[in-house]
Amino acid sequence: MKVLAALSGGVDSAVAAARMVDQGHDVTAVHLALARNHAGQTGSRGCCTPLDAKDAKRVADVLGIPFYIWDFSERFQEDVIDDFIAEYAAGHTPNPCVRCNEKIKFAAVLEKGIALGFDKIATGHHAQIKLIDGKPQLFRSVDHEKDQSYVLSVLTSEQLASSLFPLGDITKAEVRTEAQARGLLVADKPESYDICFIPDNDTAGWLNKQIIASAGQIIDAESGATITTHQGAHQFTVGQRRGLNLDKSAPDRQARYVVGVDTKTATVLVGPERLLSIKTVSAYQPKWTSGKMAVVGSDVTIQMRAHGAQLPAKITRADDVIEVLLNESTRGVAPGQTLAIYDQDRVIGSGTITATGR
Amino acid sequence: MPYFDHAATTSMVPEVQKLFVEHLTQAANPSSIHNSGRKARAIVEVAREQIGRALKTHPSHIYFTAGGTEADNLAVKGLYWSRQKDKARPRILVSAIEHHAVLDPAHWLEKTSGAIVELIPVNQKGVIDLDELTKLIAKNETDVALIAVMWANNEVGSVQPIEEIVKLANAHQIPLHVDAVQAIGSLEIDLSRINLDSLAISGHKIGAPHATGLLVLRNGFKVDPVLHGGNQEPEVRSGTINTAGAAALGLAVELAVAKQAQHAARLQALRDKLIKEISSLVPDCVVNGDLENRLPGNTHFSFFGASGDSILMLLDQQGIEVSTGSACSAGVAQPSHVLMAMGVDLFHAISSVRITLGTSTTETEVNQLITKLPQAVATARLAGLNVGKKEAVKE
Repeated sequence: MKVLAALSGGVDSAVAAARMVDQGHDVTAVHLALARNHAGQTGSRGCCTPLDAKDAKRVADVLGIPFYIWDFSERFQEDVIDDFIAEYAAGHTPNPCVRCNEKIKFAAVLEKGIALGFDKIATGHHAQIKLIDGKPQLFRSVDHEKDQSYVLSVLTSEQLASSLFPLGDITKAEVRTEAQARGLLVADKPESYDICFIPDNDTAGWLNKQIIASAGQIIDAESGATITTHQGAHQFTVGQRRGLNLDKSAPDRQARYVVGVDTKTATVLVGPERLLSIKTVSAYQPKWTSGKMAVVGSDVTIQMRAHGAQLPAKITRADDVIEVLLNESTRGVAPGQTLAIYDQDRVIGSGTITATGR
Repeated sequence: MPYFDHAATTSMVPEVQKLFVEHLTQAANPSSIHNSGRKARAIVEVAREQIGRALKTHPSHIYFTAGGTEADNLAVKGLYWSRQKDKARPRILVSAIEHHAVLDPAHWLEKTSGAIVELIPVNQKGVIDLDELTKLIAKNETDVALIAVMWANNEVGSVQPIEEIVKLANAHQIPLHVDAVQAIGSLEIDLSRINLDSLAISGHKIGAPHATGLLVLRNGFKVDPVLHGGNQEPEVRSGTINTAGAAALGLAVELAVAKQAQHAARLQALRDKLIKEISSLVPDCVVNGDLENRLPGNTHFSFFGASGDSILMLLDQQGIEVSTGSACSAGVAQPSHVLMAMGVDLFHAISSVRITLGTSTTETEVNQLITKLPQAVATARLAGLNVGKKEAVKE
């Protein structure tokens, strides 16, 4: 099989590519140039810097496979960075890694690879693809700590059919041990946790430069009283507690949280923790990774954040909108995040959260 | 393996390699006073004289460097600094299509030393506009530190009207630096006839080892050194002279100049065949650059709707090696500044492929490329361009 191995310059994709070579595939490595402006970015971040491109190239040399850099920076700008800014400007909390998987890695890159004669794309994501009744199904990694099935839950079953995740059956620790044994210098390279296109990890500061914000009011969600003002509603996320800079403490001296953000009126609502409590979640733009729509009335588990809790719930609607009813209340879910739906460890599909209810 | 990237580098000439290896075995520093040192010095000076004869200039005009980039840096920075001694001359007139080894030092001087870089525009064929250069000089000829125009462009192969540029620069007593890295061996270089002031040559483009090169400097113009230390090339460059490298470069320059006419005629015939065949076999393609005044071994196509990097990969998979631009911008592909200066749009620029022929290129290899390239373009067109949906904006 002709396999296109996406090499980020990190340890996971390196071992994934190595495993593809071991399996006897005809493997070609590509490193994706995504962020065009590296100003202020020094050293390695585990992805997307010139140093990472160099690390990726060295991995390909060691594995003895051809290596190319594909420049998807313009697509990345439009589909990931611009989307990220627009979502924050609209008061949502997007996940750029989800968007990158959906629009770049398993869409634009995969399509280009297929057109150029490759059969499948292999990445270093920690997730598993298993064939159930002949159909590829996405499962969590055996390493639940490192599991990345959440950020892959936007893949369609067609995209899944053209993808390979060679690391799904081993833990992160085993990946590092394997990299060491293979003599790959990236074996002990640090993890990349941050957003690759934000140079100094200062998301708020970066967004302030991108978004023309209008000042507005911070209002007590229960009394309706104005507490103070703010410099831009995009700086607030539902569930946020720190950095609110409220002059007056709440009458009951309880901690206050952001419970709502309306960027149209530049209003931020704050209130006690119990106002964050939700029991229903609605999402749109459903993607059915499993190839089948979720069944209304079925019991599932849901996840609403990367590495977030797995919560039992029931599907109450599944068409162009997904609605779920949680078995128990949870707190603080921001619109824009991805609602991933699981049947135990198997991903059924996902949608983008639009609303929550108590 | 068909290798069509001779403008990036070419293999060593066998005689040069033999000479280089012979000299590598001797422990000798040309600056030492003892017998071995004197022998090494003699080797270096013989090479210098050999180069002087080949280029038809006095050997004392020749300074060895560790490559073309160093020679370009030394010329641009060195001339700029030395020209500030008696009077402030902030302007550097540099062609818009220079190699980064010239452009970047000029822009660096702008950032650090108060220089003002003015780009000499080129036409659609990638040839500089002499009227524009005349106008730029006429703005104030007394505040120009230097002019830099390459002899022939490394990407699209367009040959510049060097004789006219030399006349202009001479008339205004402004030093002219010419990057001849691509020209040497491909075009006639007779410095007894062309009175330029500064000229850079790189060894590895003509079959000498990597990291060898030279700067010709004459007509009384001086450079301030970039490297300071032992003053081995007096008042111009410090660093132990690379004896074996100088010997190899000397022979390589002599051979390149001696075989230039024959080499150029052979490559030109192959190149013309390649251009003719590909133009008729592949729809929607253009040849970039000047079809008349062009390096004999240079072909540069744009295949509309196909990304240059896809074509490169598809050919590479079949053992055929080409380039998408100059190797320095390979890696993360930025649209070529040369093509942009020629006024083409982004889509045109990213669909380009450079095919450069050299000494080892055979007709069989050219035929192989003619057979494989059309299918590679067709496949690459299916993969499309990696650009966004918004209208591409010129950078």
